[in-house]
Amino acid sequence: MNDYVFEMKDICKDFPGVRALDGVNFRVKRGEIHALVGENGAGKSTLMKILSGLHPSGTFEGAIFVDGEEKHFSHIKDSEHAGIVVIYQELALVAQLSVGENIYLGNELQKNGIINWEQVSFNSRKYLADVGLKSITPETKVFNLGIGQQQLVEIAKALVKKASILILDEPTAALNEEESTNLLNILRELKSKGVTCIYISHKLEEVMHIADSVTVLRDGKSIQTLGVHEDGGMTEDKMINLMVGRTLTQRYPRLPHNTGEVVLDVRDWTVEHPMISGKTIINNINFQVRKGEILGIAGLMGAGRTELAMSLFGAYGTVLSGEIILNGISISNRNPKDSINHGMCYLSEDRKGNGLVLGMDILANITLASLDKVSGGGLLQTPGIALSTAGIINQFQEIIISNKYVKELRIKTPSINQKVVNLSGGNQQKVSLAKWLLADPIVLILDEPTRGIDVGAKYEIYNIMNELVDNGVCIIMISSELPEILGMCDRIIVMHDGRVTGELKGDEATQEKAMYYATGGR
Amino acid sequence: MPELSKTKLNEISKRKTSPWVDGLKVNARQYSMFIALVAIWLMFTALTGGTFLSARNLSNLFVQNSFIAILAVGMVLVIVAGHIDLSVGSIAGFAGGIAAMLNVGIRSGETGEIIFRMGTWESILVAMIAGLLIGVWQGYWIAFQGIPAFIVTLAGMLVFRGLLIAMTGGQTITPLEDSFKALGQNYIPQLFMQGTVGKDIPFHDFSLLATFGGIILFTIFDYLNRAKKKKYGFDVLSAGLQLSRVFGISVLIFAIAAAMIFYRGIPFSIVITIALVLLFTFITNKTVFGRQVYAIGGNKEAARLSGINIRSRTMMIFVIMGMLSALSGIVFSARLDSAASSSGNLFELDAIAAAIIGGTSTLGGEGTIIGAIIGALVMGSLNNGMSLMGWSAEWQMVVKGLVLLLAVLFDRVSRSKKA
Repeated sequence: MNDYVFEMKDICKDFPGVRALDGVNFRVKRGEIHALVGENGAGKSTLMKILSGLHPSGTFEGAIFVDGEEKHFSHIKDSEHAGIVVIYQELALVAQLSVGENIYLGNELQKNGIINWEQVSFNSRKYLADVGLKSITPETKVFNLGIGQQQLVEIAKALVKKASILILDEPTAALNEEESTNLLNILRELKSKGVTCIYISHKLEEVMHIADSVTVLRDGKSIQTLGVHEDGGMTEDKMINLMVGRTLTQRYPRLPHNTGEVVLDVRDWTVEHPMISGKTIINNINFQVRKGEILGIAGLMGAGRTELAMSLFGAYGTVLSGEIILNGISISNRNPKDSINHGMCYLSEDRKGNGLVLGMDILANITLASLDKVSGGGLLQTPGIALSTAGIINQFQEIIISNKYVKELRIKTPSINQKVVNLSGGNQQKVSLAKWLLADPIVLILDEPTRGIDVGAKYEIYNIMNELVDNGVCIIMISSELPEILGMCDRIIVMHDGRVTGELKGDEATQEKAMYYATGGR
Repeated sequence: MPELSKTKLNEISKRKTSPWVDGLKVNARQYSMFIALVAIWLMFTALTGGTFLSARNLSNLFVQNSFIAILAVGMVLVIVAGHIDLSVGSIAGFAGGIAAMLNVGIRSGETGEIIFRMGTWESILVAMIAGLLIGVWQGYWIAFQGIPAFIVTLAGMLVFRGLLIAMTGGQTITPLEDSFKALGQNYIPQLFMQGTVGKDIPFHDFSLLATFGGIILFTIFDYLNRAKKKKYGFDVLSAGLQLSRVFGISVLIFAIAAAMIFYRGIPFSIVITIALVLLFTFITNKTVFGRQVYAIGGNKEAARLSGINIRSRTMMIFVIMGMLSALSGIVFSARLDSAASSSGNLFELDAIAAAIIGGTSTLGGEGTIIGAIIGALVMGSLNNGMSLMGWSAEWQMVVKGLVLLLAVLFDRVSRSKKA
């Protein structure tokens, strides 16, 4: 029975001022898929960094046993020799190189420094077949692959390293439903070949689907490990309770909203692809948003949801036809500045890449979009006091406002001068949100507002959304998580291939129906 | 004394120290650059038997550095925004050449007589406009055509150097009008006491008054700022700490100014440099434009999606850089009383080095004007000190190169420690 492929005992790890891990015990049975869940900052990544030797032996307390033998990893290479390979959320492929070159990167098939390309090509095909990528040749450049395929190439790369323990950090965060299903199937196949998997994810539904056992971390402590298949085993609700340490009465605090007159009316919206001329990426889209309403936009990855939002915001493609009518007046958003001035704001799905200036402090990020707005409004701002006069910043006003938002949105930080890069994902998202709240939006488009943030912060963001709607702001919410979009939105439009394929309201909104429209059914 | 609870007292003592300590931490890099500068000065003073620290030498050091300092001010903006400008030396040479050419006079090809010339201010104005137009030219390719600044300014470096050589025909253009030369060679006038400082009179009276005036203005600004902070309910330093800070900075200002007060007074070129430093410190810290430049350098896409007009800001940055380059070239011509085809050669490297040594991040998004000035002084002091010691130019280049490398290494180490 005692067949644990590895065991981590009493792991403690201190960072300056913080105890990141506090006596964690974590052991995984051979050949199982073991999920590791917890809120952001619970210590999942740190634990995996210790296991992979990224935090070398000696910088933490506790012991690691692989196959019953104590190991001291001082380098990633050491853990790889022991068969442990980590695939990080940010993929580590070189886009300009071919699939084959990437698969063997660092493990080149060489003799005296000369690479045997025939061998590389032959072997790569085998590994690609193992991960279900038979249609891809090893000569394909990685930048031609979709994100889901790249993920699979990463796994192939791990197989080259003879990985017996595969650690996947949020592998499906950027994948669509189909790609996710595919990935999970590949993992099951690998499991049948004896590979042990550690699966880190925020998507609890997926965890229930794929995992044999689940370990929950909270505040740097291992809380509980339970099997999924046995009686009294892990359930989604149990996981959530263990993760947050409290019982959430509701996961989606949806409130009945009083919807009023039409605020935003988008007519016949058609957008051309920015790179490929003649290709339309958004086709004849019509929709309306009413005052005090949360409109959901559902769809699979690549359906054109982000492109729709960005083009409305004036930040994407060439608009071929269409009209935006805001409060009865036809407006044109040539660029984001126009759009912001008209009262349409867009929270990007990629908060680190497109949303925040990570090297700047909280204050500068919150006020960034509102510095030179004509007469500052903002939901929390004292009316009539602008953030700048004649191009000169009113720094005291800036400090007062930023502090207000930090307090109001419960952004956890020692000061508003903290650089955003040092905040957790949830707090970063709140800073992005604060930036747009200050810009005083009439229509706020939220693109994947809860991606990659923990359950507690998610709940807070839902509450903020409700509050905004009560204050008369229209919210358009784009999300890939169907339960979230069903739980939060008053009305949902579903997109497929640049078109709206269906609209769901109230009780008729079910996951099955949304999925039906999202896959192109009409 | 009113009774204070223990927690309240704790709170107050915390309030007193924390901004002080935070400030120290934030500025640790700049302080350390400053300490490095002082160390370099002390080293050369010891090695040259005190000559280095003489009023005469320091005053010269400042003037020799003013051309680079003027460029470094603009280079901070350029690098912070994520660009680079390799053309500033050539633009400086070209614009300085235009001003000198117009001031000296253009001779007829046949008779050799002067057929056209301009007064000091007119020729300077034309050179400044030339700098502005060059900025528009380069800004257009970078901002509106998306060509990397490295390429556009590399091209500019060749083009404007070539134009300068074509314009001067390889000749040295000289002599300039006295009022033009004054910009690079003269000092602010004496008020009551006339004569040679050190012989007839003990100090330069107007420079002394100007220094005191500056210190008084600084004190008043500092006090008003503190009062405003208090009014808005922010933590402020205790009166004692604040006062000692003001005193410390005042002493520093005086110590630096002393070199000029006890020599021939404050040179015009230094007046220009100080004015630019104040102006651009204000622009980077207090204006919307400045904040947006840092945001663009920090994350271009986030800046764009926050409604910042990247093109117009980029254009503005290169127009500013073009004009500062022209100004630097004008001051340089005035200082040498001439313009030649080699004027401004390699200035771009000194300006970039000054900005980088002063803590401007090569990745963009970070950097300060005052840091770049300290960086320029570090480079200038090395030049000056090594020259005093009789080191040859080739070894000076080796040392300067290594210092640049060390400064960036230090930057990397201090950054990774923070993270």
